[in-house]
Order: sequence, then C-alpha cells, then structure tokens
Amino acid sequence: MKKVWKWTGTVFIVLASLYLLQRLLAPKYAADVVEGALIAEYYSEEKDHDVVFIGDCEVYENFSPAVLWRDYGINSYIRGSAQQLIWQSYYLLEDTLRYEKPDTVIFNVLSMQYNEPQREAYNRMTLEGMRWSSSKAASILASMTEEEHFLDYVFPLLRYHSRWSELGAEDVKYMFHTPRISHNGYYMRVDVKPAENVPEGRILADYRFGDNAWEYLDRMTALCRENDIRLILVKAPSLYPYWYDQWEEQIEDYAAANDLLYINFLELTEETGLDFSTDTYDGGLHLNLSGAEKITEYLGGVLRREAGLADRRDEEGLAGVWEEKLAAYEQEKERQYAELQK
Amino acid sequence: MLFTSYAFLGFIAVLFLLYYLIPRRMQWGLLLIASYLFYFIAGPSWLLYLLATTMATYLAARRIEEVGVRQKAYIKANRQQLSAEEKKAYKEKMKGRQRGWMLACLLFDLGILAVVKYTNFAISNINGLLRLTGSASRLDFWDIALPMGISFYTFQALGYLIDVYRGTVEAEKNPFRLALFVSFFPQLIQGPISRFGDLARSLYEEHAFEAKRFCYGLQRILWGYFKKLVIADRILVGVNTVIRDTETYQGAYVFVGMLFYALELYADFTGGIDITIGIAQALGIEVKENFNRPYFSKSVKEYWRRWHITMGTWFTDYIFYPISVCKPMLKLSRAARARLGENVGKRIPIYLSSFAVWLATGIWHGASWNFVVWGLGNWVVIMISQELEPLYARFHRRFDVRGRGWYKLFQVLRTVFVMSCLRTFDCYRDVPLTFRMFGSMFTRWNWQILWDGSLLGIGLSAVDYAVLLAGLILLVAVSLLQRSGSVRDRIAARPYPTRFLIWYGLFLVVLLAGAYGAGYDASQFIYNQF
Repeated sequence: MKKVWKWTGTVFIVLASLYLLQRLLAPKYAADVVEGALIAEYYSEEKDHDVVFIGDCEVYENFSPAVLWRDYGINSYIRGSAQQLIWQSYYLLEDTLRYEKPDTVIFNVLSMQYNEPQREAYNRMTLEGMRWSSSKAASILASMTEEEHFLDYVFPLLRYHSRWSELGAEDVKYMFHTPRISHNGYYMRVDVKPAENVPEGRILADYRFGDNAWEYLDRMTALCRENDIRLILVKAPSLYPYWYDQWEEQIEDYAAANDLLYINFLELTEETGLDFSTDTYDGGLHLNLSGAEKITEYLGGVLRREAGLADRRDEEGLAGVWEEKLAAYEQEKERQYAELQK
Repeated sequence: MLFTSYAFLGFIAVLFLLYYLIPRRMQWGLLLIASYLFYFIAGPSWLLYLLATTMATYLAARRIEEVGVRQKAYIKANRQQLSAEEKKAYKEKMKGRQRGWMLACLLFDLGILAVVKYTNFAISNINGLLRLTGSASRLDFWDIALPMGISFYTFQALGYLIDVYRGTVEAEKNPFRLALFVSFFPQLIQGPISRFGDLARSLYEEHAFEAKRFCYGLQRILWGYFKKLVIADRILVGVNTVIRDTETYQGAYVFVGMLFYALELYADFTGGIDITIGIAQALGIEVKENFNRPYFSKSVKEYWRRWHITMGTWFTDYIFYPISVCKPMLKLSRAARARLGENVGKRIPIYLSSFAVWLATGIWHGASWNFVVWGLGNWVVIMISQELEPLYARFHRRFDVRGRGWYKLFQVLRTVFVMSCLRTFDCYRDVPLTFRMFGSMFTRWNWQILWDGSLLGIGLSAVDYAVLLAGLILLVAVSLLQRSGSVRDRIAARPYPTRFLIWYGLFLVVLLAGAYGAGYDASQFIYNQF
C-alpha cells in the first residue's frame, strides 16, 4: 500500500508540475501578440452562428460581426488568425462544423497565394488555439515547416522550454485565465494611419496559384456543399499585400465554375464609401473600425439579399447575449478613442 | 536519427519495452534488428559498407580459426612422425596462412574506410601538388557522404579480427551475432570502441529486467543529456561565432574560443558516451568506460590515458606494441644502441612506434592536415615532457611541491591549457590559419573583452553564461564526488524524496535549460563523423 501511495504521489507531482510549467511558459498572447489569442476564443461562444468567416488578418481586422448583428440581426463569428494559410482555414472550417453548421461561410482568398508552409510563429498563432481533434492534427501536419515537430504542438513545453528566462508578470497573471481580446473574432483598432505611397506589386515569375492551395479550396467548396452551406469568397479591401489582376481572374473563374458568390471589396470602394485616408490604421494593410464598419454594412446587405439570412434580433436569448456584446464593443470603442485623445 | 531527437527517444523507449517483453533468447536478435534499423534510417546505402566489413571480418576470422584448428589436428595426428623442425616449419606455414587471411581482411576493411574517408583528402593533396608544379589540370572531388560511425565499427571489427588471429578470442560462429557486435547501435555514433572479449558475452546473454540496473541506465542517460543539451549545445553557439569569423574574433577571443571548445568537446563527447553506456546498462549490457575525468590529469600523457580510453588502448594494442616489437624495429634498435649508445638506442622503437600511433590518431580523427598536425602535436608534447622528466625530478627534489594542493591545481590547469592549445587545430581546421589565430593572442592585445561585456556579443546572453557556469560547477562537483565512488550509489542510498528531488530536478534542468528544439540548431555529436 505504501508503494502504491509512493508511485501515485510521484506520478501526480510529475504531471502536475509539468502541467503548471507548461501553462507558465506558454506565451500569453493576450499580453503581447494579441492576434494569437483569437482562435481559442471561439470555443467559449454560444455556437449558433448564421455566418462564419475564415481567413487571415483580412477577415479579423476588416469585418465587424457587431455591425452585422446591430444593423441586420445576423449572428456571425470570425475564425481568423494572422497569416492563416488555406489548409488551416479548411481545417478550422472542419473544426467549426463539429460544433455548429452555419448557413454561410465567408472565406477571404488572399491566402491562395501561399502553396507551402510559411513561418512557425504564424502557424502557432493559428494552431495553438484550436482544441485537439483530428482536424487540428491534420492542420498541424499540413502546416509544419521543416524545423517544426509535431510533438512540440502536443507538448508546447518542449517548444517554449527556454522562455523561463523571459517570464514576466503577465505570464503568471494569465496562466489560467485569458481576457477576451476580440468581439466575435473581430480585432478592433480605431487609430488612423492614412494609406500613402502604397507600393505596386512586384513582378512574379508565375501568377498561378499553387496546386496545394487549389486542392484545399476545392475541399472547402466540397465540404460546404456536403453540409449545405453557402460558401462566399471575398477579397477584403486591403491595399497590401498586392492583389494581382491575374489572381483576380483565377478566383473569378473558379467562383463562376463552382457557382460561388465572389466579392472583391477592392473594387467596391465607392459603394462601401471606404476612404483610405481615414479608414485604415496602418497605411492600407488593414482597416480600422471606421473602415471595417463600412464594409460590414455593405456585406450585411449582400448577405440579406443573396443568402436570404433572416433578422434574428427578435430572438430573446440571442438578443440578450448580443446586448452584452454590443455594450462591450461600444465600451472598447470609447476606451480606444479616449486613449487616442491622450 | 540524432541521439537528441524525439525519434531517438521514441526508438529507445520502444526498444526497452520490447526487449524485456520478448523471450530472452531473442533479445540479441532484437538488438541486431534495432541496430540495423538505426543504421538504415541514418543512411540506407551506408548499410552496404557495414555489411561488407562485417561479412569480410566474419569470413576471415573463421578461416583464421579453421587454419589454427587444422594445424593443431595435423600436429596431433602426426606427432610421432614429425620431427621438431618439421613441426615448426608446419606451424610457420600455417601461421603464414593465418596472417595472409588477417592481412587480406585488414586491407579490405581499411580499404573501405580509406576510400570513403580519405579519397577526397588524397585528391586535394594531389591537386595541391599539381598546382605547385604549374599544371592546370585538377582532379574532381568525389561526392560521397562519410558513413556514420565507420571509423568506430571498422576499428571494432579489426580489433576482433586481430584478437582471433592472436588467439585471444575464439571466432564467432554465428554471423548474425558478429553483425550485432560490429553494429551495436548505441556505440555506432561515437564509440566506445569495444573489444569482442569485453562486450560479446554481455551482448549475447539473456537479461532479465532488473529495476536498479535499469534505473541506473536511465540516470546515466539523463546525465548524458544534461552534458550534451545544457552545456555542449549551448556553448556551441559561442564557439561557432568565434571560430567562423576569424577576421573579427582574434586575440583574446581565440583564447576564449579555445577554452569554450574544450568545454564543449568534453560535454559533447562524454555526454554522448554517457547516453551510450546508459542505454547499454538499461539493456543489461556492459560497455567499457571511455573517460576517467580527463581534465583532472596532471600531464598530457595521463590525459590520454583518461580521455577516449578505448581508442587509446586500441592504438596501443594494435599499433604501438606490434610496431615496437616487430623484427625490423628490434633490428633498428640494436643497430642504434650499437652506434648511438644505449640511451638513444632504447628510445628509438618507442619514439617511432608512438609517432606511428599519433599519426594514425590524427588521421583517424579526420581526413585533413589539421588533424595530422594535431596528432603529431600531441606526440611532440608527450615526447618533450618525457625527455624533461629528469629535469622535473631534479626540480622536485629541490622544491618538494608535488603534494601541495596549489601545485596539483597548477598541473591540472596546465594540462587543460596545453590540450586546449592543441585543439585549436581541430577548431579552425586549417593549419596556417590556426597558427595565425593562435599568434593573434600575442599580437592583438584585446584582453579587455573578458570583462567589458564583449563576450555578450558572441551569441551567448547573460542567461547563457549563468547556465553554463552553473552547469560547469555541477560537472566539476560530480567529477570530484566520483573520485570517492559512484555518485549514483550515493544518491541511491538516500531516502526516496531526496532521490526523487535530485533526479527529477536534473530532468527539469535538461527540459528547461537544454538547447534543443526550434531556435536551436540541431547539433550532431562532434565525434559522429569520425
């Protein structure tokens, strides 16, 4: 009996200490690179969305689900992350379908430019927030660069073991609890940096999207079809990275061939009223709140017309949830504007 | 599959499990499969070299033994009919046949090693000669990767062959068993170079699971990883920065690089050997120690008795003794004694034999002139200190300081310094450059870098230095404790909570302070490619 206690105690101490170390050493995105915290926030949501956005920073910075609710009664969520690669978007969609079946999925097509894994830091920001499932495992395997190892994702302690020398107060503060960063996946910025001297795209050797990217777009289309979900392709109105005419042509052809709605917001600046001297916070790469609200307003109209999404503002429970969310949204807006005034 | 890869940890974990689950008579077979799998993963084509060496050695050893058996049987059967001269002549004839088989296999095995390891060295020398003679023609280098551990397994196979020839061990009848002896995977990376007589029995016998032995094995593995990951791979960044940018890092930086390299090499090589011996121990197999706290040596000669011991004894047994007692050498010694006097004459066989040993040691370490010069540099230092023995003796008669602690410390530091100086040939891998860099320590006076913060600019942060210092202190403390017995035995005698704290603490140190994973370059063991 004594032996049993000895070994049980040993195993407990080992596992508990390793768990605590892992929690302590893992980066606390909420305190620094906040984009890394977005993916995980989805799991604490009520899963009853009409629209789910997937894609890179061009979705989580440029569309505001609060506006879709406030003005159209459309319940939406953005599963966006920095430099989200198309296979990551596909597996995030698979992951989302485990929890809910939205009416519409909106995918931002900028990531079609990448055919191979890019950078570990971005991979981590997308993958670490996902809950474990076969989709997450497949996404990791599809995303890893040569230097990465699957086991480092299973046991992040192995990856972050050397962070002990750079721990800060936030690492303890956010060890078990992370504050919400986004508003249904939207990352709000109200500051302004006008777009000036936006560089032209450099000449590419080959403008065709890669086979791997096409394969995942096909899979995404098929997955939506299987689940009776309307897939809408969008190109957010970010001026940079440059969106080439040749790329546009390929996406238009694909959308036409697969009977998908494709909206290129770069061509809708007049209709949306977007003004790059006031509606971007980083010189045209991403929209600020003002810009995001403008194009979301436009998108809401499209969703109402094309997807026939109903106004759900009369659903008591949902309206109650959104009331709180809108309050938080307004509060954050005010806080940021106040910050700007300082 | 690096020792420091997750794949390797998984590999040995599965092996340990299977090893103690399968019937014991199949254990050695499993080890053979594991060893060949390990080698196959490292380089599928390299298996051909390994197989060729193993088969040739097996066949030659069997033939040597058969000739010996036939000789004995013939003499026994014809004892009455044969005169003493006839018996002697017959024995000589058969010994000649045995020697023929031994030399043929020796040439074959060394031929493989020479071709894959030294062809490009030969080509670069031929090209150098062509350049000197003004010829415009050049030979193309051979695009071949050096098979992992080829120097180790070739020497191990040759040691076995010579032992069979000498009659010190019997030839192994089962080729698969011999294949395991040659390819036993923990030793393939960087030795030790085991003797058949030492290793074979424990390799082939059945091993029941013994918790204590298994734990000791794991503890040794952990200690090896501590040395490799916490010390060697961390300091490697600093060493590489200094030796790769020879324009920037001169003078005192060379001194720092030299000492850092001494620490890196020690932690890397002994760490690897700890892992090897630990794995073997966990499997119930006894592998000879390869180090005996070499940095506590008081002379270079003693250092070489305590560093890479199995290589040293291999060279002594199979090169030094055979050369020093061969007929031409004895003849030369006699002639030298007659003409140059007893003093010089008796030294000649020793000097020439040890010259051959150090030349071979240098070439064995690498196919380039820097290793040759390094090897001969060791020979020169050892010979000089041997010649200065009478002077030392006189000094010690006059000043009796040998028993003093400070003098012992001086001797130890002196040895570390001399060995570090010699190793600069290994660092820079270019003889003229090594001399230039070594000289810069005296011509470029920048010793202020030792305290003005410049050392933080060679890729090592203050945290790295703190970890290295703590690691070094632990290394020295453990080495000091080892002088009075096994550290693991001492720890094992402690109550469970203390034991747990020590070993789990060490595990956490490796886990947290180890230089592994993304952000650190996966580093091969330095002796991997020898």
